[in-house]
Amino acid sequence: MSIFKDAGHLFRFAALFVIAFLVFLVVRHYVVPKSFGKYGHYRAAAMDEIAAHPMQFAGHQACEQCHSDVAATHASGMHAHVNCEACHGPLAKHADDPSSVTPKLPDTATLCVRCHEASAARPKNFPQVKSAEHSGGMPCQTCHNPHSPAIGSGAAAGGAK
Amino acid sequence: MTMTRRHLLLLLPAAAVAWESVLAGTPEDSPNYNRTDHWWGMLIDIPKCIGCGNCVRACQEENDVPDGHFRTWVERYHVEDWNLTDPQVISPDGGKEGFPVATDDSGKYFFVPKLCNHCADSPCTQVCPVGATFITPDGVVLVDQKYCLGCAYCVQACPYGCRYIHPEKRVADKCTLCYHRITKGQTTACAENCPTGASQLIDLKNPKDPIHEFLKTHNVQVLKPQMATGAKVFYNELDGSVR
Repeated sequence: MSIFKDAGHLFRFAALFVIAFLVFLVVRHYVVPKSFGKYGHYRAAAMDEIAAHPMQFAGHQACEQCHSDVAATHASGMHAHVNCEACHGPLAKHADDPSSVTPKLPDTATLCVRCHEASAARPKNFPQVKSAEHSGGMPCQTCHNPHSPAIGSGAAAGGAK
Repeated sequence: MTMTRRHLLLLLPAAAVAWESVLAGTPEDSPNYNRTDHWWGMLIDIPKCIGCGNCVRACQEENDVPDGHFRTWVERYHVEDWNLTDPQVISPDGGKEGFPVATDDSGKYFFVPKLCNHCADSPCTQVCPVGATFITPDGVVLVDQKYCLGCAYCVQACPYGCRYIHPEKRVADKCTLCYHRITKGQTTACAENCPTGASQLIDLKNPKDPIHEFLKTHNVQVLKPQMATGAKVFYNELDGSVR
């Protein structure tokens, strides 16, 4: 083993190198998040954090579980493709605990015209009215049931329960 | 201190164990949702859009978007037939409260809802210096707001203007394609609240999704195809004047 006779300084240097490498590993272990690099150059846990945000809109399936009577009227009418919360607003809290939040009745004076006020900009085949001339100031639900708006269809006028 | 070869050989496995723990990630949290089974996008059906602004309001309510900033917004185009390349575009407050009634019947009008295109080859993820923005295995471009420095390089890189710096958090913010909803089987807030079905969530990896038939049979375009971003928000009947 004569070649290692005077090689002590080399081993000391190698030991220093190994110690520095271990220190690097330990620091890296604490500094780099656990999930970094799992799928790519990012922290994979960020996806789970974003996915864990609470929902505000419950989705129409949740509404229909309890409000099956309105859902039936709604499904047969012209507004069948308009989902509940498009008019009633975000109600996930109400869906989770119905007594905690009581939904407000939407104000048809501002709600209906948002879609149906006549404008040259809207698609021509979309039903539009000049609200001032059309109703003479009466609320829309006097004649139309918003859940099934064609006159004579669905429940009685004004029956937007 | 003397280091023998025996000591060195003993240390190497220890280093290997340490390296293992560096590379190991955390297990996935949502067991019913498999990221590799999806490749999300959106379909915007321009002829169906009536400019009501429901998507903009729904997005702000769902995602707590600060006033004056938008993850989705609607633009109204007015193109005169004598001036096809210079359309008049308005988007008052992002179209949040709808649009003023148009009385000028000349030319053509249409609405263009915009949102993050969740590009497959996104410029915004390529420029991030710290790995804070990325595309998920299911095709959604997200921001890791704990990692973001707020340098706004991505805001400049996005060709569609879909990113902003959150005024309070001081980090990049953008459409998440309602990642917290789609991973639970719900559609996005904008699509859920669109009264005409102009905005629809699509899953390009789902062979049963009607989008495949739609793309084959309709005149569909993405925004700025010349940028080769791999945009996944498809526009049906998009007018050539849209920028």
